[in-house]
Amino acid sequence: MNGSGNESLAEFAARHGLTQSAARPSLRKYVQELWQRRTFIWNFATAKTASTYSGSQLGQLWQVLTPLLNAGVYYLIFGVLVGTSKGIHNYTAFLITGVFVFTFTQRSLTAGAKAIGGNLSLIRALHFPRASLVFANVLMELQQLLISMVVLVVIVLLTGEMPTLTWLLIPPLLMLQLLFNVGISLAIARLGAFVRDIQQLLPFITRTWLYFSGVFFLIPQMAAKFDHKGYPWVGKILEANPGAVYIELMRSCLIGDVSKFPINHGLLWTYAVLWAVVAFIGGFWYFYRAEERYGRG
Amino acid sequence: MANSLKEKTSLAGAQPEVVIDPAREPIVVVDGLHIVYRVYGAGSKGSAASALMRIVKRQNRPQMKEVHAVKGVSFVAYRGDAIGVVGTNGSGKSTLLAAIAGLLPPARGGVYTDGQPSLLGVNAALMKDLTGSRNIILGCLAMGLTQEETKAKYDEIVKFADLKPGFIDYPMSTYSSGMGARLRFAIAAARTHDVMLIDEALATGDAKFKRRSKAKIDELRQDAGAVFLVAHNLDVIEETCNRVIWLDDGRMKMDGDPEEVLAAYTKATGK
Repeated sequence: MNGSGNESLAEFAARHGLTQSAARPSLRKYVQELWQRRTFIWNFATAKTASTYSGSQLGQLWQVLTPLLNAGVYYLIFGVLVGTSKGIHNYTAFLITGVFVFTFTQRSLTAGAKAIGGNLSLIRALHFPRASLVFANVLMELQQLLISMVVLVVIVLLTGEMPTLTWLLIPPLLMLQLLFNVGISLAIARLGAFVRDIQQLLPFITRTWLYFSGVFFLIPQMAAKFDHKGYPWVGKILEANPGAVYIELMRSCLIGDVSKFPINHGLLWTYAVLWAVVAFIGGFWYFYRAEERYGRG
Repeated sequence: MANSLKEKTSLAGAQPEVVIDPAREPIVVVDGLHIVYRVYGAGSKGSAASALMRIVKRQNRPQMKEVHAVKGVSFVAYRGDAIGVVGTNGSGKSTLLAAIAGLLPPARGGVYTDGQPSLLGVNAALMKDLTGSRNIILGCLAMGLTQEETKAKYDEIVKFADLKPGFIDYPMSTYSSGMGARLRFAIAAARTHDVMLIDEALATGDAKFKRRSKAKIDELRQDAGAVFLVAHNLDVIEETCNRVIWLDDGRMKMDGDPEEVLAAYTKATGK
């Protein structure tokens, strides 16, 4: 504007290499910065976990008790009262595996929606890649899942299963689910940062998803039923649902064949990899595109 | 926006002309900056039925108001500057700082900086449900310090924040506002920032802390950055700053030596 001579202030700034405050870094630099913050991500996750349970008498023991109580409630209702267990071998292990695996995705989503809004004072005070908050949240949930997995393995052994070689497939499977969860959390974090109403809506979305993901029933059985009625596409959609994919694979790794219905392992693993890659890359890109706008007025 | 344009042309004389000093290296350039932000919930009745009707009729929230907080401010800050910003309540001081930090998008004009400015505000806790010591570690790591650097700086930060014994292991929600502000200042000052923006953070400290924070700000200035300081306490500004900007109703009234500007400001506000 009214700079000296003919040079405007903007040109003067450009000549000295000054840049617009709060411009988004390049994707490459963003990933680098994120990698630099890996100790921050780890520390943030552990600190948040510790503080979550600091108010209760039993402290972090709740990390074991919560999944146990959850499993107990679902077993009581669906195993004993409703009796959905027809034709399913070891229904207890079947059900609890489903609940634990789905809870990982569900909790990552819920935490993701609050990742920006819940940390505003940190975001407004310090400059760092905002995606680290989402990564930390998912890491927290992973830690919780690993504890749940120990509980699960004990339950599986107690209900009469024997360890097999397929148990070795569990870590890579969890890796894929982790990638998928990070991806969808990043996407929901961007939505939640600008539309706060998402948080009110999310419980209904995740609950609907839970009922569609074959936590309580057999997907192949359901698919066969719709095949019979002349709607084969319903079964195809149910099978491709990422919630169901990770649950089914975990079950077949841990328990083996749960019913007389055959499972197409090759197809399920393809789905698992595809969902993980698509969700992670898509979610990261979507979150990154709004990086400079998080936490603003 | 048409409104703001008219306002701007009619007040072209209000902004003192910016004279560029070619001998010094600029670090922040603010060019004809306008900030307009939206306030929600002003005078709202907010019943569920009225909210539904609004969505059905596709109206904007009626209680949303636009506040034109900064109206065409221009200046250049150079390396080594410590700039005090004065003005009455609601004159746009905090908004200007938030804009320099990149937290508020400019409606018109622009802010150009070298590096990423960091804003220290009055809301003191970084993460209020975590302990002070966790906040120190997380704050340092978030700023990009390595784990070793964080460990090396830890004692210095604790010493500088000068909390009551034992409080470092309590959640920050139990801190008084002064303690929180001190700890946050100590964390932010552990790293050299290119541009540091301090919003009333020092006002909450006692005399001893003010003295030490002044020394810290001097140190930060020597490390070739710029410091912006908003305070109502003019003594703090006079002692700390080498330049003062006076904002009045979102416009720049004066920009110059502390003595001169503060004298005029004191006279105008009748303090």
